[in-house]
Amino acid sequence: MPEILDRARAQVLVNGVGLDEAGVLEVLQLSDEHVPALLQLAHEVRMAWCGPEVEVEGIVSLKTGGCPEDCHFCSQSGLFTSPVRAVWLDIPALVEAAKQTAATGATEFCIVAAVRGPDERLMTQMREGVAAIKAAVDIQVAASLGMLTQEQVDELVEMGVHRYNHNLETCQSYFPNVVTTHSWEERWGTLKMVRDSGMEVCCGGILGLGESIEQRAEFAAQLAELRPDEVPLNFLNPRPGTPLGDQPVVAGKDALRAIAAFRLAMPKTILRYAGGREITLGDLGTRDGLLGGINAVIVGNYLTTLGRPATEDLALLAELKMPVKALSATL
Amino acid sequence: MAVTALWCDRCGNAATEGDHSPCAKARELEPPRFCPSCRRRMKVQIVPTGWTATCVEHGTRHA
Repeated sequence: MPEILDRARAQVLVNGVGLDEAGVLEVLQLSDEHVPALLQLAHEVRMAWCGPEVEVEGIVSLKTGGCPEDCHFCSQSGLFTSPVRAVWLDIPALVEAAKQTAATGATEFCIVAAVRGPDERLMTQMREGVAAIKAAVDIQVAASLGMLTQEQVDELVEMGVHRYNHNLETCQSYFPNVVTTHSWEERWGTLKMVRDSGMEVCCGGILGLGESIEQRAEFAAQLAELRPDEVPLNFLNPRPGTPLGDQPVVAGKDALRAIAAFRLAMPKTILRYAGGREITLGDLGTRDGLLGGINAVIVGNYLTTLGRPATEDLALLAELKMPVKALSATL
Repeated sequence: MAVTALWCDRCGNAATEGDHSPCAKARELEPPRFCPSCRRRMKVQIVPTGWTATCVEHGTRHA
């Protein structure tokens, strides 16, 4: 047994203290033969510090495409030759999407907009949309609207948005290779405001952007420093027309190593499967990840791509005897 | 009556030219982006349980 796994067992499993950057790097460098033991440990950590429940979430794009930013992985940037056109979802369709999400047993519904930050039109749409959802559907509403001002943070709190997603996407040292129209520090600033407001912080990123293993470890450590309530873990699904359109997908074993490593860095957080798992891990890998540190899933479709049918994920959770977290447990 | 696709609804290139099997594979996890009749980029809205894709000339497809 590699020494790092013994150390992680004592430090993370027993004491609930996450691995630091150097420890995460050692985990990411474990050879394939040690991956099963690593996943087993990460699963034990998740069960010990989070329990068997899985948090289920649905997401929807309120405003798609036409974004002024240049995030190199994103098909919604208006700066690339992506086929994604700008389109808005109306309030009745938003409420219907929330109803469909709740019908799967999900407790979270995240409203997402492809923007640098919200303008008055988007905030008005949010105000009306959140109120309409709360009047019609029993579900927690989260939001992801880019960078915020303090006024906008306060307004979202007032609307009853309970969690705010703003991904750092990658580590600080690699970020300028991925985004040039704003900085990692600007994102961090929004996250600090969100945390101080009392909203839950949801912050993760995308693996497979071309970052090194060392930078993956750096990213895990930086996320851990933020102490997010939730970390959505995406794997790059290269999109046509984007600068990363020809980037290779993350190998399945590397993805599983990363899932376990992020769990060992953040033993108590909600670690969510987000986009890209279908092409990176497939069905078998999805199961392995759920038994290797993941304790939350996005079900159904994503923002510009499609996911597995929610019924398939829910059947898998039932088979693994992992109960879906009830709404009462999130309030 | 079935209508023959003139354009690939994923990449927007002529459906009868080149190999579109990678497009077909990718389409398992993507909605269509181009109208197969006229190649216009469609307005696509995705929700957790489905999608709609609208061409201003040829109407709306959905799943």
